[in-house]
Order: sequence, then C-alpha cells, then structure tokens
Amino acid sequence: MSGHAVILLHPDDNVVVACRALSAGETVDAAGVPLEVVSSVALGHKLARVSLLAGDKVRRYGSTIGSMTQDAAPGEHVHLHNLQSDYLHTYTLDSGNAYVATNGAGPQEEQS
Amino acid sequence: MNGYLRQDGRKGVRNVILVAYLVECAHHVSRQIVTQAGGQDVQLIGFSGCYPNSYAQGLMERLCTHPNVGGVLLVSLGCEGFNRHRLEGVIRDSGRPVQTLVIQERGGTRKTTQEGIEWIRSAQAALDAVPRVPFGWTDLIVGTVCGGSDGTSGITANPAVGGAFDLLVGKGATCIFEETGELIGCEYHMANRAITPALGQALIESVHKAGRYYTTLGHGSFAPGNADGGLTTQEEKSLGAYAKSGLGPIHGLIRPGELAPAPGLYLMDVVPDGEVRFGFPNINDTSENIEMIASGAHLILFTTGRGSVVGSAISPVIKVCANPETYRRMQDDMDINAGAILEGDATLPQVAQEIVDRVWAVAGGVQSASEELGHQEFVLTYKTFEASGPSCLPLA
Repeated sequence: MSGHAVILLHPDDNVVVACRALSAGETVDAAGVPLEVVSSVALGHKLARVSLLAGDKVRRYGSTIGSMTQDAAPGEHVHLHNLQSDYLHTYTLDSGNAYVATNGAGPQEEQS
Repeated sequence: MNGYLRQDGRKGVRNVILVAYLVECAHHVSRQIVTQAGGQDVQLIGFSGCYPNSYAQGLMERLCTHPNVGGVLLVSLGCEGFNRHRLEGVIRDSGRPVQTLVIQERGGTRKTTQEGIEWIRSAQAALDAVPRVPFGWTDLIVGTVCGGSDGTSGITANPAVGGAFDLLVGKGATCIFEETGELIGCEYHMANRAITPALGQALIESVHKAGRYYTTLGHGSFAPGNADGGLTTQEEKSLGAYAKSGLGPIHGLIRPGELAPAPGLYLMDVVPDGEVRFGFPNINDTSENIEMIASGAHLILFTTGRGSVVGSAISPVIKVCANPETYRRMQDDMDINAGAILEGDATLPQVAQEIVDRVWAVAGGVQSASEELGHQEFVLTYKTFEASGPSCLPLA
C-alpha cells in the first residue's frame, strides 16, 4: 500500500482523501481509476472522484457528510466553498480572522 | 503487573497525592504547595466556581477517590459555596488520608502553604503502605478522546483506537468513548450496535439532545483548525470520531462520574440535561479527559491529527498521532505514530496491537510522553445532569 496518493475509504464514496500534498495537474490512482488533480490540496483534504452537482450528497466512509452547494468536476477540491453540513453550521476564520458561518442547518429541525 | 488496591476493591495504576482547590481564590496557595512539595506524584486539581453545583461536587468526589489517587489535600478559602465537609467525608470513608486546610482559618498564604507541604510529607508513609496486588485486563478502564482532528484522524488514529478497543473489550476490559456532540450523524448506526433496543433508543436520544444543545449555542464541536486539516462538516468529523469506538456491541450509556457496572464498551453522554445552561458542554479536550477519569478511566487514548500536547492529572494520557507530518514535527509529544498507516509503513491491525501493548506498558508504570513532559492539565466547569435510566446500563 506504500505510495498511495489518495485513499478511497468506501466503494460507495464520491470523494477520495489525499494521503500526501497533491499538485494540480498530476494524475493519481483513485482505487484503480486515473484521476487528474484539478486543485492543489494538502494531506487530509478531499477531491471529487466523479462529477458532483449542487445538491448532491457527498459520501465518505460510505456515509453522507453533507450536500454540495456548487458543482465540482472530478479531481476538484471538495471543502467549505462547495460542501455544507446537513446538520450544523461550520465556523471558520476568514482572512481577516473573523468568524464566518459556512452553511445552514438542515435536518436537525426535522429530527427533533 | 500489580495495581494499588483501594478499600472499595478498585485498583489503581498510579498512586498520586492530589492538592485540590475548592474555589479559584485557593488556586494560588494550592499551586504553591504542589510546586514546593515537588515530584510528579503530587498533582493539582480544583474547581474555580464559588457557586455550588451538584455535578462539580459529584465529579470532585469521584476524582478524589479515583483508584489512581492515594491521598488528598483540600484547600479552601473558607467562604466558598463548595461543600468541603461532604467531600472530605467521602474521601475519608474511602480509606485515603485527607486533610482540609482553610486559608482564612490557618492565617493566610504563607502559613497554609507551609502546613500543606508538611501534610504531604506526613501522608507519604500511608501512600507507601498501599497494598500492591495483581492487576488484570478486567480491572482496566480505558477512555478515548480526540482533539485537534484533521482529515487523517478518521482514517488512521481513530480506527486504530477502535481496533484497540475491540481487542481490549475482548480481553475483558472496560472501554469508554464520547462525545455525543461529535457523533451527530452516526446515531442510527450506533443504535444498531446497542445490546438492547431500549439502549439503542437511548443512544439516539443522547445524540439528538446534543444536536439541540449545539444548535441553540450556534456552534458545533467544529474548530477552525479542523477545516484547515481538510474536514468540512460536523458529520464528517463525527464519522471520523465514531471510528474510535471500534466495531463491537455497545453495552451501555453512562454520564460523567457514573461507573460502568460491568466490563464492555460504553458511550459517555457529556451533554447536560434540561435547558441550555452554563454554556458549552465541554469547553476543551481536557474537560472530556477529566469526565472519563471521573468515571474511573485509568488511562486515556488521545488521538490527534493537528497535534495536541495535553496530558492530564490523575490518569496518564497516551497520544496516538494520526498525521505522519504532525508526528515528525511533534514526535516528543506522541506515543504512537498511526500516520504510518497512511504512508504504507504499518497496517491498521498492527497499530491497534501497538496501542494495546502501549496501554499495558503504561498501566504497568512506563511513563507516557505527556507524563514524561510533566503535562497534568485539569479543568472542571458547571453542568446539570439527571441520573441515567435503567435502559442505559447492562445488568452487572
């Protein structure tokens, strides 16, 4: 297993996870299928494995981790700019070090 | 290996003296006593608040009678709301040496500090006399916490700890995982692992309670560093955290300070009951460590991707580092390099076994990295809990 650039955690997943820093333009082996890296990403970040459309559920570990807010091509970075939680806001610090909420709440109201 | 036998039959893997301040006003004097008395086995804990709180009272009672604790010095200012008489009684009834110093009665900082140091010296003989008896896997309680998670945590360190938990439970140990706010999105999967349907329902409800609580507060347990490390959503972080629980059946749901009635795997429900009060359930990773220790954990398996350095008072913390880059940068603070899985240098089962071996070594007296570096973090805040219902606990 040495040398893997990305890992597919579950066969149903539509994203893969970077096992090292990846550069735009390189082609990596995504569970036997070549995937061209569109966005340079750091270790631990996600890339679209297939074309994703706004509204699509994103699957990691075979489970849903949220919904796309924008389309993403295969090999594109999937993160705060195009993926939102179906449960709770994600808060991060913007370039001015202010807290910003990335997305809206979803099924929590339905479940409770 | 041998453990320290306490009067209640529980066995410890350390034999420390605690100096406990009962309000922030007694913190400095307590720290002076710890610093001047010296040594790794004299540790500082305490509760800062002046208002009484039954959760804090209960946790202090559990912590001061934890099997790793051999004796306790309580330091009171004198006018705080904490019930020091009750706490001292609980410790005395447990057979441990205990002394309460009230700063206002003893005559201030210098006199109290001096008396505290002298009491610790006088108590040492009683600690040395604690019987050592054989300590087996069934005596062992291990908790797990993750802190500073990133996109690697859920791939390497957390499932490796999950594998270690499966092995430990198989040997007859008790394992505890948490925290319900970090399991949002995993509740129905978790319920399928419960040993009874009623427990499954209780597990689901505990996570939904956490969801409501965090929604009211406006923040989940998602910190900016998590996003820098590649995690995007709460449920993504949750799934990674959930991997720490392994694959086996879940035997019960306990609240902080409750003791598991039988060996097995338990979820700790850390989110307060009732309306939202006192702010965030756990203000930091240390408060999670302390709650697990209050429920008897002898050791904490702490997974980190971004790189945490924390240890704990009372029970050793073993750091399992998820990210190979972090491991290389912060090697002195780490016990296990689970990032080797990502680089193809080890498999998940190998790292799981390595964790079990390290647990046994540290239980046997080997110092963990954070212990060796002198980390003894502690924090205790306000909460409100009801007692667990019968569906939460297996028959002992």
